[in-house]
Amino acid sequence: MGNTSHGAHEHHIIPLKTYLQVFAALIFLTFITVAVTWFDFGAFNAVVAFGIASVKAALVLAYFMHLKYDNMMNRVIIGTGVFFLLVLWFFSILDIVTRVSEQSTL
Amino acid sequence: MSTANHGNTHSVRHHAHHYESAEHEHQSSKEGVWVFLCTEILMFGGLFVAYAIFHHLFPETFKIGSKFTDVRYGATNTVVLLFSSLTMALGIYYCQIKDQKKAVIALSITILCGFIFMGIKYLEYSHKIHLGLLPGDWYAGNADMIASEIGNLKLPENIGLYFSFYFMMTGIHGIHVLIGMGLIGWVLIRTMRGEFGPNYYTPVEGVGLFWHLVDLVWIYLFPLLYLVE
Amino acid sequence: MASTGAHGEHNYLNHQKGIWSWLTSLDHKRIGIMYFITVMIFFLVGGLFALAIRTELWSTGETIMTAETYARVMTYHGAVMVFLVIIPGIPAFLGNFFLPMQIGAKDVAFPRLNLMSWYCLLLGAGVALLSLLYGGADTGWTFYTPYSIKHAPAVICMALGVFIAGFSSILTGLNFVVTTHKLRAPGMTMNRIPLFVWALYSTAIIQVLATPVLAITVVLLAAENIFGIGFFDPALGGDPVLFQHFFWFYSHPAVYIMILPAFGVISELITTFARKTIFGYTAIAYSSLAIAAVSFFVWGHHMFVSGQSEFAGVVFSFLTMLVGVPTAIKLFNWIATLYKGSINLASPMLFALGFMFLFTIGGVTGIFLATVATDVHFHDTYFVVAHFHYVMVGGTLMAIMGGIYYWFPKMFGKLCNDAWARISFVFIFVGFNVTFYPQFVLGSLGMPRRYFDYLPEYEHLNKVSTIGSYLIGIGFVVALITIIHGLLKGKPAGPNPWGAKTLEWQTSSPPPHENFHTTPIVTAGPYEYR
Repeated sequence: MGNTSHGAHEHHIIPLKTYLQVFAALIFLTFITVAVTWFDFGAFNAVVAFGIASVKAALVLAYFMHLKYDNMMNRVIIGTGVFFLLVLWFFSILDIVTRVSEQSTL
Repeated sequence: MSTANHGNTHSVRHHAHHYESAEHEHQSSKEGVWVFLCTEILMFGGLFVAYAIFHHLFPETFKIGSKFTDVRYGATNTVVLLFSSLTMALGIYYCQIKDQKKAVIALSITILCGFIFMGIKYLEYSHKIHLGLLPGDWYAGNADMIASEIGNLKLPENIGLYFSFYFMMTGIHGIHVLIGMGLIGWVLIRTMRGEFGPNYYTPVEGVGLFWHLVDLVWIYLFPLLYLVE
Repeated sequence: MASTGAHGEHNYLNHQKGIWSWLTSLDHKRIGIMYFITVMIFFLVGGLFALAIRTELWSTGETIMTAETYARVMTYHGAVMVFLVIIPGIPAFLGNFFLPMQIGAKDVAFPRLNLMSWYCLLLGAGVALLSLLYGGADTGWTFYTPYSIKHAPAVICMALGVFIAGFSSILTGLNFVVTTHKLRAPGMTMNRIPLFVWALYSTAIIQVLATPVLAITVVLLAAENIFGIGFFDPALGGDPVLFQHFFWFYSHPAVYIMILPAFGVISELITTFARKTIFGYTAIAYSSLAIAAVSFFVWGHHMFVSGQSEFAGVVFSFLTMLVGVPTAIKLFNWIATLYKGSINLASPMLFALGFMFLFTIGGVTGIFLATVATDVHFHDTYFVVAHFHYVMVGGTLMAIMGGIYYWFPKMFGKLCNDAWARISFVFIFVGFNVTFYPQFVLGSLGMPRRYFDYLPEYEHLNKVSTIGSYLIGIGFVVALITIIHGLLKGKPAGPNPWGAKTLEWQTSSPPPHENFHTTPIVTAGPYEYR
């Protein structure tokens, strides 16, 4: 198929080695995710877990999903999605934490 | 049905009539997939926001609920999905460098990982159902079996809420895994037929993006459901 | 391949023959027409429910139906009109037909998804209607918890129907975003695309970002009914108000899904029928995007008396005021366009002017409702009903009617009888004000919404309102007859009967299968009148 055509596709091809390195990093980070639960960071437990997950997510997005080499628009699209998700989170939680309740919720 | 006007007699893949070139079509299709992934993020996001709120309100419920999940299962599934993401990316890579045979192998392994993931999910689900750890109103925990599982802990009244989250989040994620497996099967068959190569692999890439998103969601679900403190 | 020339001029209508060629068509124009027919049928259904509501409210006590029936009729009126008429109304019908043409494209980016979205709408409507077999849903179109989580099969059907119809909306939005980004004709830069396209593009962004949250919300609602998952159930520590947060995170932006495309239509109509370059193209274009963005920050103004925290209420109240700014920018620019224009009062222009008048009333009363102090009084009264009907009917429906009369010659190559079109406008405009203006008064007197009965002192104004609703009904019947008459007996329109400047008018009417005989090359802005 299509072996006669050339020039139309200048897609960046990520080398095999990079994929394997990213995979190794992801496995390492998964181990870290589990390992940090052996320690207690108090209020920061959730932050640490969430931070590691976000690093992993960023690796998947940048390399496996090729965003690092993709055009700006696709990054904007995914960024917009995340931003408006934060909006939903922010205002919902804003309501919950600023409620003045007379009795316990349960 | 008449699609004859799309008739293609060239050896080069023909692009749809409203695009200027195959590359134009490729870029547009990929953008379409990204927009779709954006909707997926917001759809799963609703669940995550609900999780954040209820975790804030009832930290004990989530802490004790997560004791019923087995980190070993969760971690194994994480590794399985990450590995499947690697093989999916390699599937595209081998299409790009025109190695059809290896592309077929990579995609097949990806589907296999999907089966392993769902198999482990099945084990987890059946165990929870056996113990009566069902969502919300359906919660019917068997006290003796629970005691042997996590010891004599006093369960919060609304422990069912944790299992609502567990089953809703992993259930909707699992449906996505199944859909992803179906889609990979579809591009696998087309790869076997030799339809893809360096000039045309848009469907492989699109399905791959979807599969990676399913992986991304799991990356967050794993600590949220298995490692809550 | 269709034969060319065998039946006179080749166009999209005679490109292929038979009902099957329509049902499997990937042509955005045909899919647009299919949406036209579908939405008209749903509008008829929703309209009959509306007349039933008004007839019940003709007098106190039980007039033609019981309280239980009334609650169901009201629910279906709202759900049908919102999810099946106004949301797909302009984008999926007029937008599908004209967005690709206005940017000089041959089709939308993903024609198969486009067809699929039409089937999703039908399937969603079908599943939602299954609820009638279970006695019908009586929750109102908003499905508020905890009332809607009483293990009711009817609510489950409605929820799944909305879920599927939501896909229709998402697919349309996705298509429009990519089409606008990728398929513009040579020279059609983003600051040369017509304002209707800007409006649809902004709408598409909302559709893509907001609808998924509705999808997960109705899935949770269905799961709540089936499994009692407890997210929204206080018995398990769940929070009914959280449902409202999720619901309005979609449904408030959704009212801009309804009104933004209408703004786009009005921009086209004003500039064409004033025969003058639009005033403030950039301001109108970016105000559409601004409205789309701001729409996500204001949803809590639906919840001032729902148990939301007072602090959140104040924040949402303040943010809501911001919507007024880009909206007013549009209105002032339209008025500036009219200034010293050569105004042609053809029927589409009448609807555009009617829109400006009614929408302003709807918008300004919205500010009353955005203010916490006054909303506490007006909430859940007929004031709210009057407000959103001024926006949705006085705004969106007027724009749809204006758009239909404006683009009818392009879609079918024939002219409607303009005198009859104007008569339909008079009936709709007068009837609308007679129906809904008294409701402002009723609401400020304290008449609550959603009841089948009212106190005797409200009877006079309710009678006036009911008479008005029949006038609207007559207006739409006249409009329907005008359209059917135009289809059957209309005079040939020619390519550009209104002398408009955008690209869709530069091709033959009805357009050929591929929209343009040669791909247009754009060298100037969209409205170069004078």
